[in-house]
Amino acid sequence: MKLAEESFLTDDFLRQLINVGEVDILVGLPTHNDAKTIGSIVHTIQRDILRCFPRERAVIINADGGSRDGTPELVTGVSIDDLRPASNPYALRTLHSISTRYAASPSSGVALRTILAAAELLRAKACVVMSPESANIESEWLSKLLRPIYRDGFDLVTPTYGRHKFEGLLITNLLYPMVRALYGVRIREAYSPEFGFSGRLGSQFLGQNVWNDGADGAGVELRFTLAAITGGYRICQSFLGEKDHIERRGADLVPALRQTVGALFSVLEADFPVWSSVAGSQPVPTTGADQKVLLEPVRVNRKRLREMFSTGVAELDSVFQSILSPSTLAELRRIARLEEAEFRYPAELWVRTVYEFAAAYRKSVISRDHIIQALAPLFRGRVFTFVTENRSASADDVENNIEGLCLEFEQLKPYLLQMWKSRK
Amino acid sequence: MREMIIGELSQALHEIARGFAHFLPRLIVMLILAVVGWVIAYLAKVVVRSFLRLIKFDKLSENAGASQLLTKAALPSATEIVSRFVFWVTWLGFILLGVRGLGILGLQEQTARFFLFLPRLFVAMFILFFGLLAASFFSRAALLAAVNANVPSPRVLSLAVRSIIIVFVLSIVFEELGLAEQTMLVAFGIAFGALMLGLAIAFGMGGRDLAKHFLERRFVRGKKEENEDELSPL
Repeated sequence: MKLAEESFLTDDFLRQLINVGEVDILVGLPTHNDAKTIGSIVHTIQRDILRCFPRERAVIINADGGSRDGTPELVTGVSIDDLRPASNPYALRTLHSISTRYAASPSSGVALRTILAAAELLRAKACVVMSPESANIESEWLSKLLRPIYRDGFDLVTPTYGRHKFEGLLITNLLYPMVRALYGVRIREAYSPEFGFSGRLGSQFLGQNVWNDGADGAGVELRFTLAAITGGYRICQSFLGEKDHIERRGADLVPALRQTVGALFSVLEADFPVWSSVAGSQPVPTTGADQKVLLEPVRVNRKRLREMFSTGVAELDSVFQSILSPSTLAELRRIARLEEAEFRYPAELWVRTVYEFAAAYRKSVISRDHIIQALAPLFRGRVFTFVTENRSASADDVENNIEGLCLEFEQLKPYLLQMWKSRK
Repeated sequence: MREMIIGELSQALHEIARGFAHFLPRLIVMLILAVVGWVIAYLAKVVVRSFLRLIKFDKLSENAGASQLLTKAALPSATEIVSRFVFWVTWLGFILLGVRGLGILGLQEQTARFFLFLPRLFVAMFILFFGLLAASFFSRAALLAAVNANVPSPRVLSLAVRSIIIVFVLSIVFEELGLAEQTMLVAFGIAFGALMLGLAIAFGMGGRDLAKHFLERRFVRGKKEENEDELSPL
């Protein structure tokens, strides 16, 4: 066992891991006050393991961030005896469930580090991280994420979901197109709370110096995906099905920006030698549907979105002067004055805005966290335009529009490189 | 009589000559110190200016909001001001050392005071700079948080945060310098009290609707506002 792991894993947790011995499959469950959903999720995971991997040695590792609702006890207390006869009477192995409390408050970075360290100590061949926030984990999700690693030799499996056309707009309007344009890999969900990975990728990432950056681990899942891309590991996607999120609030936008855009911007400097030489993009192998777009009507307060955009552009003018070029800022001021019926935040302007934010982040023109926060009102303007343009669009039309935005990101990549290299 | 006058005059001239002969080396030492001090001060200025440029001090100053103030007052950049300050303090220090060597009684006390005052001056400048930096950072943080939370008049909130921090910083700076401590204490009390009273009145008069909306949203169910919150960003 490595000394590094011994220093941050508790003695009790290490003892439990030693009792387990080596495993083939490890399921990581980072939790924090998830008593409402965790019981059914653990049952689903156990059922899937017994059904699809009956002869493999498996363990469930719960990394808990200080739950006060008894979540860890629920994880370790779920019995598999009642599942065994129904799932697979020939299951041979013992299925362990271990829980450890890594801190008094949740941190996705520490949780993942704990899971990766456990995977390395137990020499797990294939691992999967499942999110207790996914309210509707289905029985095949686990095997869909594990099988490409365990049977087909992939190193990372990212999910794709069936989503409403207006869900996950930060992914479709920024993260997916930008990761695709910069790294040349078409991964739909580079930031996802559910993913599968090989033991060797986990060990390689565990050894990277990403754990002490003081950002509380925000966006570590995205960093993991990007590390797999830059490390040349074999990556594939697996369609899981429709995903219901636990209710999110509008105030979640800034934390979501920190976890995704902040994490992406923060690795761009170190990854510059990789992404600066990439041109175009390539699809990754995908099992199941590439993407499923749901179309049922939802009500969106577009007026409020536009107002928050216009207010943001007016009130944050001094902040934007530090971040954006004069021409981009002038264009934003112009569209902020347009009436609702005429308002449109074009894709080309949106891409230039994002690239200028990335360059400003690298140069730290102001506090980096302030740069990320300043993007929120502009993102709302882009959401307004996306919702307006796709209000009555079919699934194919929505996909075509996203593809158009991706191509815009790819075409304007030289603009980012130019700003990246300039000293101003 | 005539011989007496001549004797007194020659004695006086001898006294002056002896005094001058006694004073001249000290004066020469002072002049040498001044010249050497100028050279050292100039070198210090060049070194400090290069160091500040290396650490992008002008950028820091811009972030602190100090550069805007300097531009408005038609003053040179923050790097130039600090390096000139170092030059003058160093040179003045050498000149005063020379003056002290002249042995003039009144000046010796003033020189000692000056040297005792220098550390306090540096501490005050340090507090002022980082105080302005903190004011700029926290006012921008307040502005961004207010804009993203859709709070009305975010710039007023940001300005209030900046003003409060600057008032605090200035009161600490004056206290450190020992300038008009009583006056500053009273002025600070009045300014801070007026600011709080103003904010209270403004909140009472202008915030009624805001408070009403907030309470309605918080406690009245069934009137959930349709907004983009229902769209999950991730």
